[in-house]
Amino acid sequence: MAKSKVTMKVNGKAVEELVEPRTLLIHFLREQLNLTGPHIGCDTSHCGACTVDLDGKSVKACTMFAVQADGADIRTIEGMANADGTLHVLQEAFREMHGLQCGFCTPGMITRAYRLLQENPSPSEEEIRFGISGNLCRCTGYQNIVKAIQYAAAKIAGVPYQEAAE
Amino acid sequence: MNAQTPTSAERAAKLEGMGCKRKRVEDIRFVQGKGNYVDDIKLPGMLYGDFTRSPHAHARVKKIDTTKAAAVPGVVAVITAETLKTVNLAWMPTLAGDVQMVLADGKVLFQNQEVAFVIADDRYTAADAAELVEVEYEDLPCVVDPLKAMAPDAPVLREDIKDKKEGAHGPRKHYNHVFNWQAGDKAAADAAFAKADVTIKEMIVYPRVHPCPLETCQCVASFDKIKGELTLWGTFQAPHVIRTVGSLISKIPEHKIHVIAPDIGGGFGNKVGAYPGYICAIVASIVTGRPVKWVEDRIENLSTTAFARDFFMETEIACTKDGKITGLRCYTIADHGAFDACANATKWPAGLFSIISGSYDIPAAHVSVDGVYSNKAPGGVAYRCSFRVTEAAYAIERAMDIMAQKLGMDPADFRMKNLIRREQFPYTSAFGWVYDSGDYQTALTKAMETVNYKKLREEQKKKQEAFRRGETREVMGVGVAFFTEIVGAGPSRNCDILGIAMFDSAEIRIHPTGTGICRLGTKSQGQGHETTYAQIIATELGIAADNIMVEEGNTDTAPYGLGTYGSRSTPVSGAATAMACRKIKAKAQMIAAYMLEVHDDDLEWDVDRFRVKGNPERFKTMTEIAWAAYHEVPPGMEPGLEAINYYDPPNFTYPFGAYICVVDIDVDTGATKVRRFYALDDCGTRINPMIIEGQIHGGLTEAFGIAMGQEIHYDDAGNVTTASLMDYFLPTAVETPKWETDWTTTPSPHHPIGAKGVGESPNVGGVPCFSNAVNDAFKFLGSTHINMPHDNWRTWMAADKLGVHA
Repeated sequence: MAKSKVTMKVNGKAVEELVEPRTLLIHFLREQLNLTGPHIGCDTSHCGACTVDLDGKSVKACTMFAVQADGADIRTIEGMANADGTLHVLQEAFREMHGLQCGFCTPGMITRAYRLLQENPSPSEEEIRFGISGNLCRCTGYQNIVKAIQYAAAKIAGVPYQEAAE
Repeated sequence: MNAQTPTSAERAAKLEGMGCKRKRVEDIRFVQGKGNYVDDIKLPGMLYGDFTRSPHAHARVKKIDTTKAAAVPGVVAVITAETLKTVNLAWMPTLAGDVQMVLADGKVLFQNQEVAFVIADDRYTAADAAELVEVEYEDLPCVVDPLKAMAPDAPVLREDIKDKKEGAHGPRKHYNHVFNWQAGDKAAADAAFAKADVTIKEMIVYPRVHPCPLETCQCVASFDKIKGELTLWGTFQAPHVIRTVGSLISKIPEHKIHVIAPDIGGGFGNKVGAYPGYICAIVASIVTGRPVKWVEDRIENLSTTAFARDFFMETEIACTKDGKITGLRCYTIADHGAFDACANATKWPAGLFSIISGSYDIPAAHVSVDGVYSNKAPGGVAYRCSFRVTEAAYAIERAMDIMAQKLGMDPADFRMKNLIRREQFPYTSAFGWVYDSGDYQTALTKAMETVNYKKLREEQKKKQEAFRRGETREVMGVGVAFFTEIVGAGPSRNCDILGIAMFDSAEIRIHPTGTGICRLGTKSQGQGHETTYAQIIATELGIAADNIMVEEGNTDTAPYGLGTYGSRSTPVSGAATAMACRKIKAKAQMIAAYMLEVHDDDLEWDVDRFRVKGNPERFKTMTEIAWAAYHEVPPGMEPGLEAINYYDPPNFTYPFGAYICVVDIDVDTGATKVRRFYALDDCGTRINPMIIEGQIHGGLTEAFGIAMGQEIHYDDAGNVTTASLMDYFLPTAVETPKWETDWTTTPSPHHPIGAKGVGESPNVGGVPCFSNAVNDAFKFLGSTHINMPHDNWRTWMAADKLGVHA
């Protein structure tokens, strides 16, 4: 099949590749760029394991062709850590609050949470739950994911994290 | 001792041993997207396999034409049953003593059954070509309702065994019959019913559901023709079992099979079995001489690899008029699908279903289970529970509520009256299980006090009155469930898989510098084994948990084990870990005595060191002893400091818990809000409270999904109608309730560290608790039992039947 050229920025680096027009962005990232952090969990755009950040939006990379991302600025979980290699506050928060178990939804979940906090730096619990409802987790029951996002929000805002009263 | 010397308590805290909320070591890689899951594996020259599947539930396969598919550029081979027959692999044995088609041989028996396997250079080409395989079918009538499977005129499903009167589990009474299995004392139970003041009988249905881990089943097979060796990476909850079964099936010598389970994205029972995809990938690699990857998609996952439950349980309780249970009977029809591929210990075709007497002192009981074939996917795995335990817990806990209702008793009071009492442990149930330990009344009392149970019932009564007066359209339900699990399979006298006793193992090597590695026969799928096993070692050996590497999943390096499911990791491999530590510690004591020039008996253990009794300033730390083990061992002693233990547990463990749930239901929409969910769990000794709490949150969420919406549903033609996340309910963060967790601690007396296992308790207790809450809400309108799932639509229909919309 004839291939098209795509250029994009992925995790801050310029990328120029040839792809089949039908190649899904998730396969392009995972198999051509070897960025295996974003995962595939369903065929119907429900699970969000493949979530990446694309031009300032959370995008399910299984529902977009790589050619549609031509010219885009993409960030995956691999590009989430700070420039000095230390963990991003969300990555730290997920570990601190036990917001993950099998780790399969985690890259998508953290990437989504990153955009959520960009859009709303101090979300309520309800806003967090709604904000991550496109990302499924089968292990944690979400409670500690919500806490992790609250913890990260507090840290970014420079205020002490306070666990909400039950 | 000077002021700088840390106290024993300070040193113990630094170890991060048992009881510590240690942060997980796994997380470092997972939060950075650096986990290594099967689909992340990329080998040079790797091919991809994909299936052509049957659109029919039951049909004869007249002809398969692979010409067009094979002609697609990039397609390397197309495999059918005819190909597999040349290597005697068209059928494979199941864990339950049956056989299963790998690829359709003559007919198909369920929708989406594997018919042909296309191998191509990339996954898109394989998927395209799989569409081009031309199959001519002749449709046959199908069996969808298991209650009609054994009708005299039912279609014959399994022609390969239709005349066999004897199956793997005894006589068969019909060509669609798999087995009959009974436990308990029928005569005693019948006598109890004959004499009973009050009896209830209800058909309690636990529908077919699917564990649906976020990562589907997948593998990469790589056969080295020169060496004759097979390396198989896969999503395996039980890698050693896969190696042994793989060897028996393929005839490749077991030492030439290397099975590796890397990081696994959740399992919940889905990844215990052996599936046609694995066999086809192996054969494809042998045929092509190249590595072959097979990754199922979500639809394939939900509709072909494993299901759970599908138990139709006619449950009866006999009781005195003052509420003392005298007898229990349950007759169950179990839908096993097209092949009996149930993942049970081999001798237990209905698993540990005879735990159905639950947490109650029931003098006489009997169960009988008939397994039947149907035109549905094979499976029958334990979805986050020990073998068939959650079915049993659901039946007894619903039946308890139904009996309480008939007696006019409060369901919590009725339970309290019949719970096994503390002084009765170890308690032998009517089915012969010996419950190791429990303090049930304390747990239930604590639960009721915490939620202010009495007040909830008063509020409910007021709401019911308001509803009757037409002032509200909302009804309130309070669900109570008290469960006892039977986990940690298992004692070899009870449990084996294809003859392999269900022990498990741990091998610990302490390095000269005082750090170490522990390898085990279990396999984490998110449970946090790398964190918790190290905590056991930290406490047992006084080595900081951070200095212990835990490794699982590579059958070349890990000692043999039966894997992780049925909450068996902590009860079995956790015990093996402690026992291996104790072997090391005994040797360490001898080395320390030699170094300190005292007798072994003159030493005592102090957190991380052996010290001389009465002279605590003379000691050798484990770090010093480890160095000495490679440097100056006592004369005649072997150097080194390592041990292995294969642990055959003397008994199962019996975790228990008391759960209470409050729901509010709008009768006009069926919308059900979970106002509160309180879960008290007793899993014996607690290794990592943070991980325990996380496990309970997750298990409750799965229970919520099952009780409130999950069903793998088939229409009358055998079409599976819920095979994607469009239709199969996985709760999002929005629907998922907030969880309140609590605990009591009743250690297991027979386990080296007293731990019982916890991962599955919340699923076992959670499902009946939700269902009891929904049912409880409608009791006052005359309802006795509403089957799961309690989604809004069904709940609206249940309300409608009660006449509330008139």
